[in-house]
This record gives sequence, C-alpha cells and structure tokens, in this order.
Amino acid sequence: MEPLSAPPPIRRLDPQDPIPAREVVLGVPTNGNGAAGAPAAGGFTAAKRSIAAPQFSIRRMEVDKVSIHYGAKEAVKGVSLPIRQGEVLALIGPSGCGKTTLLRSLNRLTELTAAARLTGSIRLDDVDIRLIEPTLLRRRVTMVFQQPNPFPMSVFDNIAYVLREQGSRRTKKKVLAPQVHSALQRAGLFEEVKDNLDHPALKLSGGQQQRLCIARALAAEPEVLLLDEPCSALDPQSTAVIEDLIVKLRDDVAVVIVTHNLQQAYRIADHVAFMYLGDLVEYNSATRLFNAPAQERTREYVSGAFG
Amino acid sequence: MAPSVATPPPERPQAAPPQGKAPTKAVEGSSTWSMLDRIGLAFCWALGLLFCAIAVAIVVYLFLQGVKFLKLDQLTTPAATGFSETETGGFSDALIGTIIVAVMGISLALPVGIAIAVWLVEYGRPAPLARVTELTIEAIAGIPSIVLALFGTVIFSSTALGFLSRSNEGVVFGRSFFAAAAMLSLVALPLVVASTRQGLESIPRHVREASYAVGKTKAATIRRILLPTARPQVATGMILGLGRIIGDTAIILVLLGATQNFAPVEGAVFPFDYLRGAGTTLTNFVYEASPTGNLNQPQKAYAAAFVLLLMVLGLNAAADLVHRRARKAGTWSH
Amino acid sequence: MEEELQPEYGPKWSDQRVERMLGALVIFVVGLLLAMIAVVLIRAWPSFAHNGLAWFGPGGDVDDELNAISLSGQNGTEYVWTFHAWPLIWSTILITGGAVICGLVSALFVSVFIVEFAPTWMSNVLQPVVRFLASVPSVIYGLLGVLVLVPFIGNQLITEPQKASVAGVISLTGYSLLAAVLVLTVMIAPLMVSIFTDGLRAVKPGWVEGSLALGVNRWRTTWKIAVRAARPAIVAGTVLAVARAIGESVMLAMLSGSVGFAPNPADGLIFIYEPSRPLAPTIVKNVDQLSSKPANATLFAIAAVLLFSAAFCSFAGWMARRAMRKYGAA
Repeated sequence: MEPLSAPPPIRRLDPQDPIPAREVVLGVPTNGNGAAGAPAAGGFTAAKRSIAAPQFSIRRMEVDKVSIHYGAKEAVKGVSLPIRQGEVLALIGPSGCGKTTLLRSLNRLTELTAAARLTGSIRLDDVDIRLIEPTLLRRRVTMVFQQPNPFPMSVFDNIAYVLREQGSRRTKKKVLAPQVHSALQRAGLFEEVKDNLDHPALKLSGGQQQRLCIARALAAEPEVLLLDEPCSALDPQSTAVIEDLIVKLRDDVAVVIVTHNLQQAYRIADHVAFMYLGDLVEYNSATRLFNAPAQERTREYVSGAFG
Repeated sequence: MAPSVATPPPERPQAAPPQGKAPTKAVEGSSTWSMLDRIGLAFCWALGLLFCAIAVAIVVYLFLQGVKFLKLDQLTTPAATGFSETETGGFSDALIGTIIVAVMGISLALPVGIAIAVWLVEYGRPAPLARVTELTIEAIAGIPSIVLALFGTVIFSSTALGFLSRSNEGVVFGRSFFAAAAMLSLVALPLVVASTRQGLESIPRHVREASYAVGKTKAATIRRILLPTARPQVATGMILGLGRIIGDTAIILVLLGATQNFAPVEGAVFPFDYLRGAGTTLTNFVYEASPTGNLNQPQKAYAAAFVLLLMVLGLNAAADLVHRRARKAGTWSH
Repeated sequence: MEEELQPEYGPKWSDQRVERMLGALVIFVVGLLLAMIAVVLIRAWPSFAHNGLAWFGPGGDVDDELNAISLSGQNGTEYVWTFHAWPLIWSTILITGGAVICGLVSALFVSVFIVEFAPTWMSNVLQPVVRFLASVPSVIYGLLGVLVLVPFIGNQLITEPQKASVAGVISLTGYSLLAAVLVLTVMIAPLMVSIFTDGLRAVKPGWVEGSLALGVNRWRTTWKIAVRAARPAIVAGTVLAVARAIGESVMLAMLSGSVGFAPNPADGLIFIYEPSRPLAPTIVKNVDQLSSKPANATLFAIAAVLLFSAAFCSFAGWMARRAMRKYGAA
C-alpha cells in the first residue's frame, strides 16, 4: 500500500494527447429536426445554445446498477449511466426523485450525512470509487452546490484553500498565484475580481459567488464536475453567464448537472437522464429526450403534465 | 422591536378623517386598551426606566467616588500595613493579580471550551455521551463558585498537584495563582462552549460540504473554515468568560488567599515563584477593603471598585464591537 | 461481493485521531464534574453521618456550634460535630425566594417591554443596560450595598421603636433580608431578562399575528400568546436564576448581616429588617477553618447542599430548554 501522502497519479486528458480510440464515443448524433422542430413536444422554443456538437467524448465514470437506501426507503433504484468527458449530462426529474442523492453519491458525500447504503458500483476510470480514499476521490470529482457557499475568507484564499495541504496555510501566496489565477480564468471570473483578490468573498454578488465556487471546484483539477442546481438561487443574467461557462468546461471535465429547469437542461445538456421516484426512466440525447421522448412518462413530464 | 403591522381595532371610527397629527407609526397605540392593560404598560415603562436608572446610578456613583478617591500612585504601589488610609499604599498587586488570573484562566478555558464545542457540534457521537456532555456543561455553569473553590482546595493540596501551590509555609489549602486560575477557567468554560457552539451551529451545512467536496478532511475543514467563521462568537464567549473571571470573588478568597500582596515562593524560577504563591485581585481587595472586610478602607474600596468597573465596561464595549463587526461582515444567503 | 471491497486507503487517520482526542477531553471534563461531586460528598459525609437528619433541623445557636466545631479541630480535643443548619437554610430560602419572585415579575415585564412594546430607541438602550447589570461583579454590588443601601435602611427605614422592640434578641442595623433581597434581585433579574427575551423572540410570528387578526389587542396577545408560548424559556431562566441566587456568596456575606439567625415572619413586617446568613456566605466567612477537620467536613456538607440544589436547578433548566428547542423546531 502506498503511503497516504502520495496520492495516486490522476489521469488527465491532455488536449494534445491523442484520444485512446477505444474510449472515444462518436460525437452525439444531432437529430435532423434539432432545435427547429421543438415546439411540437413541450414547447421548447428556446434555441439550443449555439454550441457545436461535442468533438469527442470519453467515458470517465460509470454508474452501474446503483441503488441507494436510506433505512427502508430506496431513494435510487438500480440506475445505470455513463458519464463522459466532452459532454454535459443533465439529471432532471420532479423533487424527491433521487437525482440529488445520486449526484452526491458520485463523490461519496452521502456518507457524511446519513446512513445511506449503496449497492451496485460506481467506477471512476474503471476503479470502484469505494476503493478510492474519500478525500482523494472528492478532489477528482468535485461538486458545486445550490446555494453559493464561498468560505468566509478572501477570494484568493477560497481557491488557495483547495490547493494547500490539509489544514495547512504554509504554502506561499506567490507559489499558488498562477494556479489560483488560472482557476479563476477558467471560471470566467478573473477579469472581474483580479484587482480585488483580497476582498472577502462573501461581498461578491450571488452570480460571482457561484462562479467562485465553480472556480474553487476547478482548482482541484477534477475529472468530473458535479453541479447541484447551480443556478436556482441566481437571477437570469447570472444564470446565462454560468450556463455559458458550463458548456465551455465540458471539454476539460465531465460535467453532471442536476436541474429543475427543463429549459436549462435543454439549452446546455448533451445527454439528459430523466428520473422519477428513484427510477431512471429515460436516458437520451437532449434533443431526442425533449423533442421525441421514448417513454410516455418523459413526454408527460417535459410537456409539463406533472412535477 | 414592535411588529410593523397591526390590524386596526374594529372599534376605531372608520369614516372620521384623521384630525390633528396623523399617526407616524403603523403600530397600534394603547388608546383603545382597557384601563388594566394601560396600567400594565405603564408598569413596563416604569420597570424599564428603573433598570436604566439603577445602571446609571451605579456607573455615575462609582465614577464620582472613583474620581474623588482614585490616586494614580495607588495603581503603582502595593498594599502596605498602616494605621490610616494614607499609609496603607495602593493596590498594584491586586491589579496585576486580576490580570494574571484573567490571562491564565482564559488561556485554559478557551482551548478546552472550543474543543468541547467542536466535539458537540461536529462529532457528538455516541449520542448519549453528547447528552451527558451537554448536561455537564450546564451543570458546571450552575455550580456555585464557592463550591468550585472548595473542590479546588482538595485537588490543589493533593500530593499530585500540590507542587503548583507550595507556599513558604508548605501547601495551605492549595492556594496559588495556578489553583485559582484553574478553577476560574471552569467558571468561564460554559460561556465559551455555549457561544462557540452557537457560532458553529449557525454555519449552514452546505458550507461544510463544499469543503469536503474539494477533498478536505473534517479536521482541516474545522480548522480552516468552521473555526475562522465562528471567530466572532468565540471572541464573544471569551469576553464573557473574562468578565466572569475578573468579577469572581469566592474562588479568589479561598484559593488565592486573604493576603493583599504577592507572596512569591522562595527559590523558584521567576514567573513560577509568583504563580505558585498566594496573591490577590481587585475583587478580593474590594471585599477586604469594604466595611465588612478586614481592612475597612472604604475610600480605597471605591477606588478599586471603580477600576474594576472600568474593566467590566471595557469588556462590555469589546463584546459590542465584536457583535457589530460580525453583523457587518457578509454571510451566506439562505 | 460488495463486502469484499477493501478501500485502498483507510480513512484519514488524522480525522480519527482528532475525534479520539476531542472525545478524550470531553470525557475528562465529564469525569472532572463527577470527581467534584464525589469529593464533595466524601468530605461532607462525616458531618451528615454524625448529625443525621437533624443537620437540616433547628436547634441551638448555629454560630456557637460552628465555633465549637472549629475549636475542637484545632485544639486536638475530641471532635465536636453537632450542627443544625436550619437558620442558614431558612435564610437561603427567604433571600433566594424573595429575590427570585421580585426578579421574575420585573424580568417578565421588562422582557415583554423590550421585545414588544418599547420604542426602538428604548429597547436599544435597555438591552445594553441589562447586559451591563448582568456583568457587574458581585463584589461591587456588595460594596454599594454596604456603603449606600445598608446605611439608608438602617437610618431611614428602621424606626427606633422597631429597633427597641427586638433589642433583646437581635440588633437591627440595616444589614437585613431587605438589603440582601433587593441587591440580589438586581443581580439575577438581568440574567432572567436575557433568557426571557430570547424565548419571546423565538415565538412564531404567525401565532401572534393570528391573535391580532382576531382583534385582540397587543397587550393581551403578548401575555396570552407570546408569554405562554415562551413558557419553557421562562422556566429555564427562572431555575437558572435560582441556581445563581443560591450560590451567591460574596455579596450576601457583605449584606446579609452574617448572623446565624432565623428571621421570624411572626415578628410582623419588621422581619424583613432582620439580619441572617445564608449557606454560601457561611462558607466564605469560615474558610480559614478549613484546616480543622470537623469544620472542613461541615463546610463541605454545606457545599454539598448547595451543589445539589444548584445541580437540580441546572437539570430542570436543561430539560426546559430541550423542550424549548423542540417547540422552536416544530
């Protein structure tokens, strides 16, 4: 067994690296009817964000027949999903359908709050996540929450907190500055805060706070980014900024987003999983799921019949 | 403080246009109340004003007496034996003793109190132990300090801890700064625990999770996120604890001694000769200098009480400042 | 199959160690309290054992008894144990009871005033005033009582005929139940106010609004709805105040008159001018006798009585506050 201080090397996708052929899935086929044909099902008149179809997608995580029990209650029932880098996966469904539980189990956050029992397996790069030490796993699979929750310290320290050793404050600011700046840049926040890096993070606006949280999550150089309704506490403008950001991020990290906002899922997701009462009802590309759902329940939900 | 909205009472004439001055506040007046209710409200006012009057009277009276009797050289000269108030020196030893006891007491109470609060809020398992701990803290808060003092005489004259309280005549009831500070820290402990706990509990859960979600351990999260966030409440607890420590007399009387001077132990290294010996504090001085005490020098008692009151007022002001600054800093939206 | 999975890295040991260290500290503090209870009881036992239930009863002059006990320990003669604490207990009951009743009434009105009726500026003044009164050291209250209140009572309130009427029994100098109760009230009322106001603020606004919407005026609404709903806080504040009052030693040592005398209500109104000495100040006054073995046991016996009354109060307050948390969450 390796000593604890030496985390196993994290596999990174270098953009210059050739993508291993067997992991590449073809670009998600876009339907011919696409955005234009939307109104027929569910009134999705909103244009799909002007993004090209994913260039590539690599399977990073694999959710395999996962069931999660809270005591006698089964919150997630035998769900299987692929999570791929290069695309955005949205989990949708009515409240209490288990989508947030599933999301939180992806980096083992469920273990902290309740006696949740997980069966089946979740694999990250073909390693069962239960075999990965939790703190290391959570650096590879980071999460952004519904409420913007910057730590009560300066903007800089919020990011630096992630980069420093556990509980340490010894690493010099100068050493960390490039990494902090790049994280802020990736989250599209750098230009706005570059002069105020020492200001308290809680003084930022709600949208900026949330982007800071995304920057914080990116600072750990994760392979998978989990977003739990990241825009539900924000105004439409901040939401638009963050949606742009999420789409830009998908080439570097696998993005999973839980959202209540169907328009949002349609705008930014490449694949969408619809969950209902713990079951995965339908997993499909966004255009298909919204415009030509395969399941009757999905059709009812996306057309606003329930939920 | 009054609720901003109140339904107009039905008996108020609806049609009559307001005459004279228009109501400036949307708060129901007492004009429609029955006589009894109005007498009650008047009683409220009377008691509220009485409280203010008592506070003002204490401050003003002690201030006047203090200005009259406090000489600056009293702060720098130790007490001496003599026949009149002019010959008996000042109370510098008492002043320094108060500071020593406060510093020692709080530097013991603060880490222990924070640790207990952290354990209660962040770990708290097994659950029965958590409940027992809560109850213990509550009980320590309720124990009369004179009982703590008697307990102190037992443990600090025991063979295990007696070396901390060895005077020139041997161990006398375990009297020393160490003993007094240790017992006084128990007085401050519940305040530190309660306040820190409140601070930790007010941090939303998702903030902790945000730290775990970037791969931080619980220990790192507590040290770098939770405790810094709860700093204002920790400071408040510390200030309240300090106030209790410098205000306590019973423990000082029993565990520090009835002397009015330092009684350093011969042959010990510098700070320890004083800390292991008996001493005095301002509260002790006031007690002994009051007409019921052994010295009976009311003028000096007033002077020392005035200094003590200034310290208390200073601590209150500090607590207010912390509170106000904490409220100004941003917080998470809920 | 899942059971066979063994994590490649164990849980961070530092986390476990932190939990274990904190747990050890917590157990140490709990153990300290238990040790204190045990020590006090063991030390107190000889006094209780020699006197039996008569310890709590009347009989003889309690001050003479204490003197005899101390002397017997110092002279090395046979130990004397006889101790009848009733005058001290009765004094504790009278002073605590009087101060808690006065404190409860005034604290209730003041906290209702602060939370509901005072104009903003007034409650902004009152809150720091209450906090200040709660933080003044008891010895300062004692000093002011001795130098201001006691002479006033002794010279202005007590008339010569009154002094003459009990001349053979006790002398009335102003050190009295009245002085002790008044000052103790000022000391514990702020404590109650701070807990009461917390309780009143936690009352759900919906209940109050519901009552106001029915046309009940604000005064009645406050007392019938808000104060009722805040009852657990009122109970909690009151028992904590009782604990504080029972344990108050220094201020009472200065003001109560320090005589082992049981004030007699049968004397009429004059009994509030009579001096006495509660339990806690008795320890303060006799602390130099700790080296005498029987006196030591007697003082620890008094401490045991204080400890158990205070612990009972704390426990009751803790229960009430737990109940309060429950209703606050509901």
